[in-house]
Amino acid sequence: MNLFAQALAWLGDGTHWQGSSGIPTRVLQHLGITLLTLVIAAAIAWPAGVLVGHTRRGSGMIGAITGGARAIPTLGLLTLFGLWLGIGLSAPVLALVVLAIPSLLAGAYAGIENIDATIPQAAKAIGMTPAQVIRSVELPLALPVIIGGLRSATLQVVATATLAAYTSDTGLGRYLFAGLKTRDYPQMLGGALLVVVLTLVLELVLASCQRLATNRVAHPERNLP
Amino acid sequence: MTGIPFITPVPRRSLLALAGVVALAGCGSSDPLTEGTTSSAPSSGGSAGGATIVIGSQDYYSNEIIAETHAQALEKAGHKVKRQFKIGQREVYLPEIEAGKIDLFPEYSGPLLQYWVKDTKARLADDVYAELKKSTKNGLRVLDQSPATDQDSYTVTKEFADKWGLTTIDDFKKVTVPMTMGGNSEGESRPNGPKGLEATYGVKVGFKPIEDGGGPLTVKALKDNDIQLAIIYTADPTIAANGLVSLKDTKGLFLASHVVPLASKNVDDAAAAVINKVSAAMTPEDLIKMNGRSVKEELPAATIAKDWLAEKKLG
Amino acid sequence: MNWLRLNWTQVVDLTVDHLLLSVPAIVISVLVAVPIGRLAHRRPRWGSPLLGAASLMYAIPALPLLIIIPAVFGTPLRSSATMVIALSIYGVALLVRTAADAFASVDTHTRDAAVAIGCSPRSLLWRVDLPMALPVLLSGIRVVTVSTIGLVTIGALIGVSSLGNLLTDGFQRGIAGEVLTGVVVTVLLALVLDGLLLLAGRLLTPWRVSA
Repeated sequence: MNLFAQALAWLGDGTHWQGSSGIPTRVLQHLGITLLTLVIAAAIAWPAGVLVGHTRRGSGMIGAITGGARAIPTLGLLTLFGLWLGIGLSAPVLALVVLAIPSLLAGAYAGIENIDATIPQAAKAIGMTPAQVIRSVELPLALPVIIGGLRSATLQVVATATLAAYTSDTGLGRYLFAGLKTRDYPQMLGGALLVVVLTLVLELVLASCQRLATNRVAHPERNLP
Repeated sequence: MTGIPFITPVPRRSLLALAGVVALAGCGSSDPLTEGTTSSAPSSGGSAGGATIVIGSQDYYSNEIIAETHAQALEKAGHKVKRQFKIGQREVYLPEIEAGKIDLFPEYSGPLLQYWVKDTKARLADDVYAELKKSTKNGLRVLDQSPATDQDSYTVTKEFADKWGLTTIDDFKKVTVPMTMGGNSEGESRPNGPKGLEATYGVKVGFKPIEDGGGPLTVKALKDNDIQLAIIYTADPTIAANGLVSLKDTKGLFLASHVVPLASKNVDDAAAAVINKVSAAMTPEDLIKMNGRSVKEELPAATIAKDWLAEKKLG
Repeated sequence: MNWLRLNWTQVVDLTVDHLLLSVPAIVISVLVAVPIGRLAHRRPRWGSPLLGAASLMYAIPALPLLIIIPAVFGTPLRSSATMVIALSIYGVALLVRTAADAFASVDTHTRDAAVAIGCSPRSLLWRVDLPMALPVLLSGIRVVTVSTIGLVTIGALIGVSSLGNLLTDGFQRGIAGEVLTGVVVTVLLALVLDGLLLLAGRLLTPWRVSA
């Protein structure tokens, strides 16, 4: 167990917190990759999921996509994209986008689809356009589930974003690769702990967002001025 | 190892998986990172001369081909062998060899010596081999080193070499534009990286980590001019295939890296003699040619090894 | 697909290896996650933190996890046991929350009725809670199955054979066909197991089909 003590000592060493390869820089880079990935993936997955949920058509397709895509080995995607795109951030970000899409898609679809069908019908009956139904009725009601999907996607992406270091000198993954190759396991474990802490922080933030959204749905009167 | 077709049935290690899962409850908690294992060697079954020789290989196709030549030559000579191929990099498998779980492993003299003696001064083939023999740990020995080599080299594109007139590493001094070296991240601090280049040749370059050990990503980065020089193994057929140029190391920056089998006590003198014959027959050109077949013809290691042994009248 | 023609026997062997690693991991994940999920549902006070902690294990990057496991469990680094433990940890992390949801989805009226007609706690679990929780539980198990099949490939990083070998080997040799074969066969394998689970679910919960 002194491996963990050594990892903590590695984290406590002030020299690891400075410079262009220091912990703060790498944490920010790691967050950057995660954010970039999630923005791209959400731009693709959310509209698609909301649309399918709204029309209540094509749910079989969503099931097949989210099911199959979860099995795609990210390592394989990264190597394929790497052979194609070369070094840099494009290959890992593309691989991570594929990783993030299933959870986001499933969240958006399930969130809308689970709404009691009579509610959007009622909205339509009082003269709302389909766009208004989606924007003012379905999205707010589906928000907790959509954020739930974002939570699982974030969890996966933050952990897997370490692979970015395979093709580019970015993020916390560098500590893992460098640690493995030089048998500097404290460094490797220290890097891993940073990833876990980062995930924990993001998880807490998103969890409170989800709680907030759920409360709005459960107690709409509190939203009144 | 399973995936070697066209060969006698391979014992399936994975069947042990289930047993392993059931049995793992009572294991000790020594440091497995340095000791590799807590269980005993699996390979002491047979009687006189019949002990099965467990042969390992790196997760590197060229190394697997060499291991396959050893395996087939031993089988031909009547020895029982068990293949455990593609078992990662040195950090993963060497502790297992030291623990006696693997009996024979095709190694490379320079990197193996550096694994045990971090700051060795030896550079030339014979010096490296002599020091390696001394440094080899209890119970293990290195067999004869082969003429075949597979060593680090600084490699550039032909256009870059032509433009600046580069044939040796020393010629980098003629280059007036900033250069970036690509290589595994550990290269940044190791003697074969930018620090070594500056210390030995007085040439300053930047560094970009690419974690594929001079593989396709590194080659692509060279061709895309993302990096100007890369650490690539000399036996890599992509050097010729992509018109790359490996620069001569005139001042002994890189350790000589000849193919050298690392063997346990389980490899008796008769078996060692078989391996030594294989090693002696393998030229550097042979190794590049076999690697080339693996990459271009996409053949399994077993087929390539079989053809080579037949060509050398060893199979 | 010249590579596949020359090396298909290897693909078959590796597929078997792949299954031998993933199936035990999936079974262990279910056996560990279901009790935790039930506990979290029955005793939310300290069940929910447990749930949170278990889910977080999914955030541990694979490479360090594979290094930590030998240090904690005493298994050899390059061993199927290390791999199965790692996969089980990820599997449990993915499944616990769904398992808790599954028990929460059990209709309380049905439960109360069962208690009223004198069901013992044990038979309440086996005859009411588990069967009623099965549909939701199964959806979680399907997710774990599919993701485990995908994750097995990282075994290639520590020398444990699986279809992941095709990814690293194909990459080094620059044979895109080999990498693609690894990816496609992995996904197909996942879809087949997923289909089997779907089928098993239909057979195990006949009341849902007729309803």
